[in-house]
Amino acid sequence: MYERMMNSKLMQGKALPVLIIIGLILVFWYVMAVKLNTPWQLGVYERAGVTEWTNSQFINDTLNQDRPVLPSVHQVAEEIWNTTVLKSPTSRRSLIYHTWITLSATLLGFTIGTILGISLAIGIVHSRAMDKSMMPWIIASQTIPILAIAPMIIVVLNAIGISGVLPKALISTYLSFFPIAVGMVKGFRSPEQIQLDLMHTYAASKSQVFSTLRWFAAMPYLFTSMKIAISISLVGAIVGELPTGAVAGLGARLLSGSYYGQTVQIWSALFMAAALAATLVSLVGVVEKIVTRKMGVRT
Amino acid sequence: MSNSPVISAKKLSLTFPSNDGPVHALSEVDLDINQGEFVSFIGPSGCGKTTFLRVVADLETPTGGEITVNGKSPHEARMNRDYGYVFQAPALLPWRTVEKNVALPLEIMGMGKAERIEHIKRTLELVNLTGFEKSFPWQLSGGMQQRASIARALAFDADLLLMDEPFGALDEIVRDHLNEQLLKLWADTKKTICFVTHSIPEAVYLSTKIVVMSPRPGRVIDVIQSTLSDERPLDIRETPEFLKIAHRVREGLRTGHAYEGK
Repeated sequence: MYERMMNSKLMQGKALPVLIIIGLILVFWYVMAVKLNTPWQLGVYERAGVTEWTNSQFINDTLNQDRPVLPSVHQVAEEIWNTTVLKSPTSRRSLIYHTWITLSATLLGFTIGTILGISLAIGIVHSRAMDKSMMPWIIASQTIPILAIAPMIIVVLNAIGISGVLPKALISTYLSFFPIAVGMVKGFRSPEQIQLDLMHTYAASKSQVFSTLRWFAAMPYLFTSMKIAISISLVGAIVGELPTGAVAGLGARLLSGSYYGQTVQIWSALFMAAALAATLVSLVGVVEKIVTRKMGVRT
Repeated sequence: MSNSPVISAKKLSLTFPSNDGPVHALSEVDLDINQGEFVSFIGPSGCGKTTFLRVVADLETPTGGEITVNGKSPHEARMNRDYGYVFQAPALLPWRTVEKNVALPLEIMGMGKAERIEHIKRTLELVNLTGFEKSFPWQLSGGMQQRASIARALAFDADLLLMDEPFGALDEIVRDHLNEQLLKLWADTKKTICFVTHSIPEAVYLSTKIVVMSPRPGRVIDVIQSTLSDERPLDIRETPEFLKIAHRVREGLRTGHAYEGK
């Protein structure tokens, strides 16, 4: 009876489908790891003069190479464990340290990008001239590959004496202001005509219409935009570390990993970045829930 | 003050440009509305009854003729917050509670908090919404939402109330009830009310003056001064006097359609 209840609970919830998908990914991962690491393993055996091996020994060896083409999941997990829990967070060998470097640039860039995006949207909604003149430039700015422009931003800012976290943050800003600006223009324009007419009958000023109507009407758009913006802020911060020979940050880990063929290091940095992105997006979601509840949205 | 009309229109016209040529929403409308009158505007769609109300509210600009509201231009009257406007839909801000929605015009007009609280209390009493101060609009029925929007229009004590088919989306029973309440409110506050409607019984039941309009071009066909007493129970609608006025309204509307057929 109890078992059946557990079963039905598992079937009804999201847990079972998620577990099945994770299981399938793990199986696929291990199959690919064995497959991709086989050529190297054969070379190792040949050089060592090993001529006979069992299947289980072979699979075990392919999954535990020092520099595998595709590291196995447990290698990545072990690397993450070793570089987070077992290292002091202030150590340069700690993944926490590198994550914090990237996170600080991400958050700074995201904050500037959000403020910039909202400011632009306010200008665009209230000024016809800005609407006509700014929008094409805002869209054009996003057609330039960030990888091409990132080193130039860093070099130019260094030349005028700005270094440290700010140049990287500005690359995040460059990416993140866009969804905020576009989303908020739509959000500030989302009040219905009848609501605008109502404000008109009160002889409300533009700033009153903004602070009592447009701002609140734009809230759902703000959070949707912020979820996109915070994840591409992270991408921006990582990309900002890549072409500039940064010595710290998740991007730097990726870069040094690829210099020295440390694929396990690369994958653990990738997993860390993914976990960080997921955490940031869900944090925005939590704030959204709190705000919408305050705004009386039906729950 | 009481001698000069609250609203005075002379040869008022409004023409909208459209792809199929100009649309004459209002054509040479002459109308005076006096202090304390309850005036209904009735007519088929496109007869300009809503447009007339929107011109009074300075939501549309007339293209010809003259109109004064409290002796001023509609723009000056709007800037002076001379009128409260009730729209077809409640148009409550969904993120504000009932009391905060009623507070909206008061906040915009810069009223102090203590005074605001007193005004909110009084107007919510007028529309029988006491006890629902902290409710959000989605927690109220359609009729209650519209009552909250009437409270919002009453909150800042404008002497003129403009109502654009406020009960059009509500069912018959709720509508009867709200009509009764509205008459009581009108008797209590002595406001001048302009009321747009599609319904002949509603117009006759509520009004001291009925303006019958017809479309293309939008114009006034007939202005009927009601002979009913101010004391109006709901069953007054079965009296011969009531039916006589209703008949005249219907005749007016029919004339309008005959004109259209030509």
